[in-house]
Amino acid sequence: MQPRVDEAGQGGDRKTAPDGATGKRRWGGRRSTAAPYLFLLPFFAIYSAFLLYPTFSALWLSFQEAVALDTPAFIGLDNYVRLVQDERYLHALRNTTVYALASVFILSPLALAVALAVRSFLVPSANLKSFYRISLFLPFITSFVVIALMFGLIFNKDFGLLNSFFRSIGLPELNWLRSERLAMLSIVLVGIWTYLGVNSLYFLAGLQNIPHELNEAAAIDGANRRKTFLYVTLPLLRPTILFVVVQATIFSYQLFEIPFLLTNGGPSDATLFLSQYLYEVGFSQFDRGYAAAIGYSMALISIVLTIAQLLLYRRYTR
Amino acid sequence: MISGNRAATRMWQVLGNAVLLLVIFLTVMPYVYMVSASFKPGEELFSIPVQIFPDSLYWGNYDLLFGRTSFVRWFFNSVFIGVSRMVLAVVISLMAGYAFAKFDFRFKNPLFILLLATLTLPIYVLIVPLYSMMVTFGWTDSYIALILPLAAQAIGVFLSRQYLLSIPDEILDSARVDGAGEWGIFWRIIVPLSQPVIAVMAILFFTASWNDYIWPLVVLTEDRMFTVSLGLPTLVGPYSQEYGAVMAGSFLSTVPIMIIFLIMQRRFIEGITQGAVKG
Repeated sequence: MQPRVDEAGQGGDRKTAPDGATGKRRWGGRRSTAAPYLFLLPFFAIYSAFLLYPTFSALWLSFQEAVALDTPAFIGLDNYVRLVQDERYLHALRNTTVYALASVFILSPLALAVALAVRSFLVPSANLKSFYRISLFLPFITSFVVIALMFGLIFNKDFGLLNSFFRSIGLPELNWLRSERLAMLSIVLVGIWTYLGVNSLYFLAGLQNIPHELNEAAAIDGANRRKTFLYVTLPLLRPTILFVVVQATIFSYQLFEIPFLLTNGGPSDATLFLSQYLYEVGFSQFDRGYAAAIGYSMALISIVLTIAQLLLYRRYTR
Repeated sequence: MISGNRAATRMWQVLGNAVLLLVIFLTVMPYVYMVSASFKPGEELFSIPVQIFPDSLYWGNYDLLFGRTSFVRWFFNSVFIGVSRMVLAVVISLMAGYAFAKFDFRFKNPLFILLLATLTLPIYVLIVPLYSMMVTFGWTDSYIALILPLAAQAIGVFLSRQYLLSIPDEILDSARVDGAGEWGIFWRIIVPLSQPVIAVMAILFFTASWNDYIWPLVVLTEDRMFTVSLGLPTLVGPYSQEYGAVMAGSFLSTVPIMIIFLIMQRRFIEGITQGAVKG
């Protein structure tokens, strides 16, 4: 997104430009009036009421035994102790982590490969190029609900597209969604399908940010394609890799719709994700205190990742 | 391109083309299947091998969707909620972003760090107390529960601030010299100059609202209040196997997002992918 100030703000009074530098000071007094607070007010009113307040209220709730409409009782850290002893929670944590690892170690390298492929692609026309871009982006803007419904049909054991294809090339038909061994693989495949395009566009943006001169200089120095990639491209791509990996991990730990609608966590909890476990505890069993503790355990994961990203990003771009 | 060996370069290009075509094919295929399934009667849909292009266009699934389900109502709900939430979120984000970009005030940095900290906060953290609040206010099964609570998104403030930092102070100062009030400056200078970031936020917020599932799932119980995303999965279950109608509804619910996306795609893709470069 390039700011268009040059075009739009052309009339921005060139006459006053000379004292532009001092203008900041001159009007400094005016800036400390009520204006900024009034501009902040609508956002922060909604933000405080519906984000900050419930977030802190959940923290308090997570220290209480609060089931359905019973009077809540303070129980300290018991809900968190219960987490590490709860087999279903640990199972959900493991499932979600397996999915997150697949996003990092399968999806992200694949996306980089696609981005490299796109780069060497000879695009015959601008229209075709924009068609490719749109196609790659499409799954990212399609709702998870529609994706789950589409793949529910594709993975259907009896009349799905995938088994129909398998049969036509002589492979055995598989029970993609109802087999304990395959269900998680199916979810991972849907995840790859959903995010491959957008992640390769992220990588493409990162690759285009690397000056051509560096690759050319490496080639002149006698580096081959593989060496150029390993010692020039990859190190310069580190901020983008970091971004993609952290985004993938955070999204993985927040995924809900795909396993919920495609397999409903089954068979026998093989695809139970943390989000669905929280939903069941909070809104079917109405164990509100415990659900809040599960929610905080999920927040912890995303906070740790975000901080790690900020610290590493600073190191890479220094 | 690095010009090492011409033949090798050519080979890489062929390989690249093949990979990309395969990826595009696999990406587009499910959509083609969805649309084709929506035009098939049951017996054709449940037969193997699957035919990608149906023998003839069968409109029965669409008749069923419009005639015997609340799809039209769900669609209206989604449009109304999506547009309201988008407008509200864009306006308040731009205002807050403007304050952060162009004013100095007390607690500026702590407030900004607070926003930073909640940027990736999952809704699961607060969903239980937020739901209790909706019950207390009597807002379950209401539009306001879907519009107001999720309108304050930190990402909007970030995008706005980032963009507005690039607008020169001189423009604002000269407007102040000319006697413009702060409110007038915002609407007559900041808003028109912010078209690109407004476009990015608009599509981001509308899509988020349109595709939202868990929050409607929690606060909505009445069929007539459902959004499209919440309603569609209810059409397949133990008692109903209307896959054709579900595919028809999925297709129709994807159309508005696709249209908005096609109109604004360049700007949107640039806006989204810049995060990967600038962090």
